[in-house]
Amino acid sequence: MNIPARSVVAGLLVIGLTAAVLSKARAGGDDYFPPVTDKLTIDECGSCHMAFPPAMLPAASWRRMMVELEDHFGDNASLDPQTAAHVTRYLVDNAADAGGRRHGRKLMKGVPAGASPQRITELPKWVREHDEVSRSEWQHKDVGSKANCPACHVDANDGYFEDD
Amino acid sequence: MTPTRYAIGFLCAFGLASTAIGGPRETLVDRYAAAAKAADPGFSGFSAARGETLHRTQHNTGKADTPACTSCHGNDARSAGHTRTRKPIEPMALSVSPARYKDAAKVEKWFKRNCDEVLGRECTPLEKGDWLAYMTNQ
Repeated sequence: MNIPARSVVAGLLVIGLTAAVLSKARAGGDDYFPPVTDKLTIDECGSCHMAFPPAMLPAASWRRMMVELEDHFGDNASLDPQTAAHVTRYLVDNAADAGGRRHGRKLMKGVPAGASPQRITELPKWVREHDEVSRSEWQHKDVGSKANCPACHVDANDGYFEDD
Repeated sequence: MTPTRYAIGFLCAFGLASTAIGGPRETLVDRYAAAAKAADPGFSGFSAARGETLHRTQHNTGKADTPACTSCHGNDARSAGHTRTRKPIEPMALSVSPARYKDAAKVEKWFKRNCDEVLGRECTPLEKGDWLAYMTNQ
């Protein structure tokens, strides 16, 4: 049998790409939260911490957070009214119980309807998913904060939060 | 024209471009200078050395985890710093981050936030101008 080298290479390439796509698709199931695509929201939320996917909290959470920016987890992160209105609209439209519902259901397990939790890291599902992380891992100098998702979830900025 | 003359001509043109024709950063510095002058008629220009002192001093008058500018920005203005959630902050020195300080609203927003965090109060126009002079020199 005489198979041209080019066909072999092409075949391998197809297999490789398929594997890559499938692995992303698998992650795209349970551990995928669409990343922020709105430029202003990326700039405003993402300069101090990762711009968390809006599907990680319900709309009530984002509404409350955006009116309490003067005391944002101890920092004054207030924005001018126009910017705040724009960012609020984006977060609410894509919240776990709004546009992001398909992805957001996962983290909403155990969150009472109408509740407005502020810390993603205190959601029951989040806590359960991270119970295997040791204290020393949290305190590692490259982690430093539970808000630093990309320290462990290397593709977090692309929306993938699989176990790494 | 000799190569030396070309070089001198180029340097002169470059110097003119960066001083005489003010960009947004120069406009902002001029604004701070006018405000500093209004606050103190004896104001005689900004000082990069004072800016460096402001940047490096452990003020301990703002938040406990951010006693100094260097708490987040690091000790070398030409290197990246990081926020308290470990998000990298591009270097502050103009020489390595030439895109910085062109948007007056952005500069003001961060002075407001960070002076409050580090000093526990707003920065004065003199402090802002001094600090910018330091970063421009770096």
